[in-house]
Amino acid sequence: MRLQRRDLIKAAGAAGALALTGCAANMIGTPDRARVLVVGGGFGGATAAKYVRFLSGGKIDVVLVEPESAFVSCPMSNLVLGGTRLVAELTVPYSSLTQQHGVTVVKDMVASIDPVKRVAVLASGASIGYDKLVLSPGIEMMWDRVAGLKDASAQGRVLQAWKAGAETVALRRQLEAMPDGGLFAIVIPEAPYRCPPGPYERASVVAGYLKATKPKSKVLILDANEDVTSKGALFKKVWAEQYKGIVEYRPQHKATGVDGASNTVMFEVHDKVRADVLNVLAPMRAGQIAVQTGLANSNARWCGVNFLNFESTVHKHIHVIGDAIQVAPLMPKSGHMASSHAKVVAAAIVAELNGWEVNPAPMLSNTCYSFVDDKRVIHVASVHEYVAAEKTYRTVAGSGGLSPAPNELEGSYAWNWARTIWADALG
Amino acid sequence: MKTIWIPRLLLLLTACGVQAQGNDPQALRASSLAATCAQCHGTAGRALPGAVVPGLAGLPAGYLAEQMKAFKNGTRTATVMHQIAKGYSEAQIEQLASYFSAQKTEGPR
Repeated sequence: MRLQRRDLIKAAGAAGALALTGCAANMIGTPDRARVLVVGGGFGGATAAKYVRFLSGGKIDVVLVEPESAFVSCPMSNLVLGGTRLVAELTVPYSSLTQQHGVTVVKDMVASIDPVKRVAVLASGASIGYDKLVLSPGIEMMWDRVAGLKDASAQGRVLQAWKAGAETVALRRQLEAMPDGGLFAIVIPEAPYRCPPGPYERASVVAGYLKATKPKSKVLILDANEDVTSKGALFKKVWAEQYKGIVEYRPQHKATGVDGASNTVMFEVHDKVRADVLNVLAPMRAGQIAVQTGLANSNARWCGVNFLNFESTVHKHIHVIGDAIQVAPLMPKSGHMASSHAKVVAAAIVAELNGWEVNPAPMLSNTCYSFVDDKRVIHVASVHEYVAAEKTYRTVAGSGGLSPAPNELEGSYAWNWARTIWADALG
Repeated sequence: MKTIWIPRLLLLLTACGVQAQGNDPQALRASSLAATCAQCHGTAGRALPGAVVPGLAGLPAGYLAEQMKAFKNGTRTATVMHQIAKGYSEAQIEQLASYFSAQKTEGPR
């Protein structure tokens, strides 16, 4: 059949009208609906977006909303503080998610979620309706728990650098400017917090840098916990041997306040400490969007989920993953674990949207590498299985474990892990 | 042996459509289980160029299952795989081996 000119004009007019209503509903480039809307482009969100596409054979449309223009990895960012890596080496663009996997990436921030109407409103004013929402909001500091910290942080005096990027570089500059004989102090909140071994890795890597360049300097670890929360025996051996006279560990130091002008941190029980470079981590909770949507139903900090599909125990059709959730026993708040959550949620959503039964026996893996200097690494690994009777995950009996000692071979595996998991999330 | 080989044969049959990963509930579950390996071995077992950890895509199922069992029972040593392999049952190992053997080495990472 040949189309008449008149028909072509009519068709063009209809398409134009559709395009116009599309524009009227939302800003150009922002879709107004998604079958699966992913909020947050970290390890959890990026992996979930890719795997819904991958596992559905590209049949389910996915929109990812993320305010940053590129992903910056927290794992490996302590090497930036040690001076052996640059933030640029830990940065991955979101473009492959679009080009390779057909994810619609919207550079914006979700301002609010209506869980009844199933609509997310963005900071730009646009809104996106969804069938399923995957929320991977990460963590935020509970600033009110450490008096004066928010201001001292905003002024760039007492940094956290617990989200990698510009702040990591700023903390590195503070370390570079520190005189030989100076004191670097890292203050650790009570568990659970993002990345259990992260603070101890940071202390170790910074100690390695100082030992090589400013050997009269000291590193002080001030920990709210009773003991080192991850890889304890391995880290303590490194501090006692490799960093003897440099690293000092003090448990049960719960920070209550900081004074940015004098670089001083105050504690509940112990005497205050002044340091040349002060890195204070406050207690953490689920990211703001999860809290304001009422999803943080565990101590008003973490989001309870049904572990079969990571659906919130508060609102249907919102699936929360990553550091923001109330964890199962021995489940770390790590990037690898967030990636594992993402894969379970992606498979569950693909099953649900196809009308299939959700996998009743999902599995999770976790491998976490920590550098103790610029080359040598220790790991902790685990495999987790869903236990139906308990409705939670347990580590598989007999699986998992630690490195026997720091070693360079695992240093190369650690960097390989990083490159691979970034590609698995964003490639 | 029958209890091992029969499910594996069934899996191999379903694996024909596995490039699409989630064409049916069984393929989706196999892909989902295999996704627990991807953080270190690459999406669908496709390692990155220059990776120091081996890719798994396209390797013979028998070889993959044999290596996993060797890690699991300690006859093959490793930095981490001997600890990870103990987290998977024999049936899961067969399922993983079938899945990765059916993956092409080229494809989305």
